[in-house]
Amino acid sequence: MNKPIIRLDKIVKAYGTHTVLDGLSMDVKAGEKIALIGPSGSGKTTILRILMTLESISGGTIEVDGDYLYHMKDASGALVPANEAHMHRMREKIGMVFQHFNLFPHKNVLDNVTLAPILTKGVARAEAEKRAMELLEMVGLADKARHMPAQLSGGQKQRVAIARALALSPKIMLFDEVTSALDPELVEEVLNVMRRLGEETDMTMLLVTHEMGFAHDFADRVLFFDRGRIVEEGPPDAIFRNPKEERTQNFLRKIIAAGHRV
Amino acid sequence: MEWDWEFVRQILPDLFSGLKITIIATVLGAAFAAVGGLVFAILRRSGNRAVARSASFLVEFIRGTPLLVQLYFIFYVLPDLGIRLPALLAGVIGIGLHYSTYAAEVYRSGIENVSRGQWEAAKAVNLSVRQTWVHIILPQAIPPMIPALANYLIAMFKETPLLSAITVLELMNQAKSLANSNYRYVEPMTIVGVFFLVISLISVMGVRMLEVRFAPKDDR
Repeated sequence: MNKPIIRLDKIVKAYGTHTVLDGLSMDVKAGEKIALIGPSGSGKTTILRILMTLESISGGTIEVDGDYLYHMKDASGALVPANEAHMHRMREKIGMVFQHFNLFPHKNVLDNVTLAPILTKGVARAEAEKRAMELLEMVGLADKARHMPAQLSGGQKQRVAIARALALSPKIMLFDEVTSALDPELVEEVLNVMRRLGEETDMTMLLVTHEMGFAHDFADRVLFFDRGRIVEEGPPDAIFRNPKEERTQNFLRKIIAAGHRV
Repeated sequence: MEWDWEFVRQILPDLFSGLKITIIATVLGAAFAAVGGLVFAILRRSGNRAVARSASFLVEFIRGTPLLVQLYFIFYVLPDLGIRLPALLAGVIGIGLHYSTYAAEVYRSGIENVSRGQWEAAKAVNLSVRQTWVHIILPQAIPPMIPALANYLIAMFKETPLLSAITVLELMNQAKSLANSNYRYVEPMTIVGVFFLVISLISVMGVRMLEVRFAPKDDR
């Protein structure tokens, strides 16, 4: 692999005096599937939110697909804060799926999926709908295209949310605890869609999850976070079966005690 | 004191033309308030602190002074600064601006009731700020606030007699001049009251229907 598709360099994120990320650096290769695990408040969700530009950064630089995310070069080549047009261009490369789905409740399933391509990429409605139906087919919800979000189960909503993110053909997909708000019996249908995505596409995927079993099977690499730092990282087997750091061991022990499958 | 039906018959056409002006002032004032309120609400949310503060100050200022004073100011003081407005236009601006500050408050709560997740989802699918407002936030924020806005519309309608103070020939002013020139107050004032009462009652029924139609429903 050549250049990483995502490069975080000494990222600092602070809210007032509370520092969430303190000089975090990490690389993600194109096509890599990465699971971010760790106790709540460890900063893993913050990383996804920063990549989606939902939170700003307090320091450091991020490169995505060969371009700075929060910076741009001015005429003299110096790095300056990016303007909205630049961020808009960069956001096109990234899609995100949220814990609480965040579907647009006033629009039906099909419109949820077609809205952004039509508005942001100028795709013709007919074409956008054709592509949306393919995506809904893939997530198993083509028959729900005319339903309103309120008529769907949580698992169905989340699958629509995945289709909505995919409709913009991002190179990078971010999954933020996408099964945490679901009833247990609905988790699997969402994970199945993600498995298929992992197998059938070469998208780069970052997921924050408490589904350790899924993280183990799905990820190429697992990062264990604690207090804003990567404590340990490696292939799933190494992290889950043979963790070296004490904090990782403690965390996994607690997770297993809480009834999660590893 | 006797009720004189013949007098009523004579003055009704003038009172109806006054009612027409009252309704025109209400409708135009409401349109002004609906748009102005939205502008205030959005400016107050601006990321630019100076803009947000100025908008908040202006809203508080307008709310903290009586409508009648504002009307006098617009109609009688602005001409000193070279801004001369026809009475009805001055009235529409005055009453519209005044009620836009109340509408702004309704908009504010309606907008804040749209969850943060909607803003984030809109950003994640790369909608611009304008597209987010137009396609995501306002369509969700506005329906629940329609009953509250309609209540202000009725309140505004009942305040239009204030426009008589700046020579707008609306219903109250017509009635007053008819009464003054005929030395009879009971018929004109009674009819004015009846007109306002009937229209208000009909409007209140309309608001009840809107409240049922747009009752908040949980559908996230």
